[in-house]
Amino acid sequence: MTLVTPRGMTRRHFMSHLSAAGAFAVPALCLSESLRANSPQLTKQHKSAIMLWMGGGPSTIDMWDLKPNAPTGGPFKPISTTGDVQICEHLPLMAKQMHHMSIVRSMSTREADHQRGRYFLHTGYVPNPNMTHPSYGSVIAHEMTPDGLEIPPFVSVGGASEGPGFLGMAYAPFVVDSNGQVRNLRMDVDERRLAQRMQLLDAMEKNFIGQNRGEVAVEHQKILGKTLSLLTSQQMDAFQVQSEPQDMREKYGENNFGRGCLMARRLVEQGVPFVEVDLGGWDNHQNVHATLRDQRLPVVDQAMSALIEDLEQRGLLESTAIVWLGEFGRTPRINGNAGRDHWARSWSVVVGGAGMKGGIAVGETNEDGTEVITDPYNSQDLMATICQALGISLTTTFTSKNGRPMKIANSGKVIKELFA
Amino acid sequence: MPEYVDAGSSLFTMTLGKLSLFPHLRTQVGCMSHGQSLVRSSFATPALWGAMIVFGLTHVLGSSMAQAAPQTPATSNAATADQRVIAYINQHIRQGWQDFELKPSDEASDGEWLRRVFLDVIGRIPTAEETRKFTVDKASNKREELVDSLLYSDEYIEEYARNWTNIWTNILIGRTGGTQPRTMVDREGLQQYLRSSFLYNKPYDDLVVELVSAQGVNKPGEENYNGAVNFLLDNTDEDATPATAKVSKIFLGTQVQCTQCHNHPFNDWKQSAFWEMNAFFRQMRPLRTFDGRDIVSVELTDEDYPGENNDPSEAAIYYELRNGLLKIAFPKFIDGTTIDPQGYVERVNRRQELAKKIAASPQLSQTIVNRMWGHFFGYGFTKPVDDMGPHNRASHPELLDALAKDFADYGFDLKKLMKWYLLSEPYSLSSSRVAANTADDPTLGVKPMFSHFYMRQMTAEQLYESLLVATQADAAAGSYEEQEQRKTRWLQQFSVAFGTDENDEATTFNGTIPQTLMMWNGEMINQAIAGGNGSLLYQLAWDNKLSDQQKIEQLYWTALSRRPTRSELNVAQQVWRSHGGDTMAAMQDIYWAMLNTNEFILQH
Repeated sequence: MTLVTPRGMTRRHFMSHLSAAGAFAVPALCLSESLRANSPQLTKQHKSAIMLWMGGGPSTIDMWDLKPNAPTGGPFKPISTTGDVQICEHLPLMAKQMHHMSIVRSMSTREADHQRGRYFLHTGYVPNPNMTHPSYGSVIAHEMTPDGLEIPPFVSVGGASEGPGFLGMAYAPFVVDSNGQVRNLRMDVDERRLAQRMQLLDAMEKNFIGQNRGEVAVEHQKILGKTLSLLTSQQMDAFQVQSEPQDMREKYGENNFGRGCLMARRLVEQGVPFVEVDLGGWDNHQNVHATLRDQRLPVVDQAMSALIEDLEQRGLLESTAIVWLGEFGRTPRINGNAGRDHWARSWSVVVGGAGMKGGIAVGETNEDGTEVITDPYNSQDLMATICQALGISLTTTFTSKNGRPMKIANSGKVIKELFA
Repeated sequence: MPEYVDAGSSLFTMTLGKLSLFPHLRTQVGCMSHGQSLVRSSFATPALWGAMIVFGLTHVLGSSMAQAAPQTPATSNAATADQRVIAYINQHIRQGWQDFELKPSDEASDGEWLRRVFLDVIGRIPTAEETRKFTVDKASNKREELVDSLLYSDEYIEEYARNWTNIWTNILIGRTGGTQPRTMVDREGLQQYLRSSFLYNKPYDDLVVELVSAQGVNKPGEENYNGAVNFLLDNTDEDATPATAKVSKIFLGTQVQCTQCHNHPFNDWKQSAFWEMNAFFRQMRPLRTFDGRDIVSVELTDEDYPGENNDPSEAAIYYELRNGLLKIAFPKFIDGTTIDPQGYVERVNRRQELAKKIAASPQLSQTIVNRMWGHFFGYGFTKPVDDMGPHNRASHPELLDALAKDFADYGFDLKKLMKWYLLSEPYSLSSSRVAANTADDPTLGVKPMFSHFYMRQMTAEQLYESLLVATQADAAAGSYEEQEQRKTRWLQQFSVAFGTDENDEATTFNGTIPQTLMMWNGEMINQAIAGGNGSLLYQLAWDNKLSDQQKIEQLYWTALSRRPTRSELNVAQQVWRSHGGDTMAAMQDIYWAMLNTNEFILQH
């Protein structure tokens, strides 16, 4: 394998060094569940979710809910798809996959600021100064990390996602570059010395933690254990997108988002329950249509359609939810710079996989796209829907650090049309 | 208890309300402080300071300068004033302990306190030498002397300015501002401006006025250069809506961004207020100079504004309500005061008018006092520090008000404010909790009561500078600009820009796995333990006068500002022996582990 662990160290070999070192006790941080496990084959029963995050707020009126007859509908024409929906002419590859995916056209939210919208659409909660809520990835990692997973259960590719909130740093996203490179994996010492360093480190950590200095010190020790687990795991191969055959890489697109989506598939195969892949550049206050046609849409069309097709061919689409969204949509009005501004009142997201119904449009907007005219759905509803698809009980309740019970997905209601 | 708390206790036992019965005390000192600021202005203008920096500060900062500088502490009046403020800080904080039945932790040890102060004030850990010097010092006022030395002495002035320049660059334009392709922002320009401001301790209100009203060219060396423009140049898009949100948040502690589209859900902020604030920025115009497609420089100017109604004598803007109705707005400050609405710059420069109103607003000092408290104590009186108002009640509202008032009365002097905080009782407490204060844990969502020091992650910048101290290699070599560029490059690995017009970004330097991998295998840690020429490990390896134990101790003093415990020493000696005489390898393993401990990477 190309992954550089300390001189090709294996987990079992490393553990033998720890116990052979003799002079010291085996460090506590090396005894986490995942390390003790002997690289078991993961069961294929697990489910996963992939979030395709369109940072900046994509113009969904130009992609998934076209208004060709409205004066502000923009120049794009709708085309038919393999599903019972029409989408933008510049998404021809997606048109062939739409029988797997559905469009929720009745999203209506209130947060039209990037930061607030990003938080809201990642957590189901509006920002609150007294509380930090866990994001999708942290919730799902908390609920359904499979036994034997040695790499982080929540991976964010090419973006920072949102954090674990009160679930703690152990459920924070593992953020990697979209080129598939995880930085600083090369450790140039042999196993014996690494074992020795770990033992020293463990002794010092415990000393400091013993002085009752609070959670930050304890969390750090947990992270050390996870890092060691990752560094010595064969499962890190899942990040190596470049080991995919050339034609597969070309199918997804030789760009960051394409590689990110390919990495997501590899991670899901390995058992990672939640992967977010970010594509920025959607804050199109100027020249929105040229930017979409020439830059954004070709990238999304290729990578997203390849991902769906690939998952399906590998039999993984049944167990993998896909959700495509940004923090909000964009104004149905076109501004003086041929752009569209922030718009949260009526916009679309795209979901599918993991048993959710494909090929339909859920909800409807009015003739110029300025209002949702069916029952509106909100961020927490979307989150509840993904949880439902993954089999996470919606009665799950967390206890925040201050003891307050917090219902999963902020008590959102499932988008029932997707489970009919 | 440190001595300063008890000094003049008869004066300090009075309540805050009674203090206002002694206005003469405040007025007297306040006058003096304003007099000082006049002296200062005539001595060195910001422009002159900018020039000094170009020519190398150390030469300019001769001893005559140090004597003339008004920053030298302290006539007895000033000292009394400091003691008065510190005393009421302690009193308010203690009242909180009493109300919530908390007991304070023990006082932090000298070494721990010293490390804390160095990290907070100049952004790095102390060297082993600095720690030894301080811990053996028997003087009863040594903590105050140390604080004065970090704040006011020539020895640390450059590091002080570097640290606060880093902090304020991040506040104003983030870690990614000016690093993206075809940006209008010149990061170095802003840093040069900030550095000169912190070198001569520019009063905070002046700093804010300059940042809000700045005109000129963004890039050092260009004609009409003014580095301060780079803050607003980062925020001019979308009719300056980002500028509206940033200025309100950073300087006034008011988060208005969501009111761009609707009334605020938690407080009185109406959508109209956002656009009335925004109207102050509409004369602002960035003028780019291109070379092909590349931006050479950008000038921030103000131009006559006709308004969206095309009537420059009464230039209005329009905004849209959620129900689609269009509304009209003119410049109106958050306190409800207005200005002449005409758009001609010659008659009314809207940004200058806004700057004046901000400088006169009590929210300016409340916000900075809160922000600085958050910097030194880990939590502000509100969380976040820049979201204040009735919807987000402060933990110590009276203390906040009193500090804000004194900060303004004493000439918006940031160093003075720092001194008050650094010498207060809560800052002196250990981060080790006791049974009677474990409930004081703001991560549980309760208001902070500061009964123990709140431990926190070092910032990426603090860690970078501290690793340089730990390495003692030539990593610090090169000009100031080269050093800063190297640091900026290193920091990039932790920064994620979201690519929005508001320049949002996130850091992955947050105590998670990527940071740990960096500390295990990254370039800086490898440098620290490589044993290269001149590095600490190199020096120790070749020092025949030191015993193995002394070498281990030296590693502890450098990285952790303390000597090892007996059991730590035992473990280290076992490692040492296991390497069978390979001193360098032994030290590498020990030092690697030491730099990776929570004790090293946390501010505690």
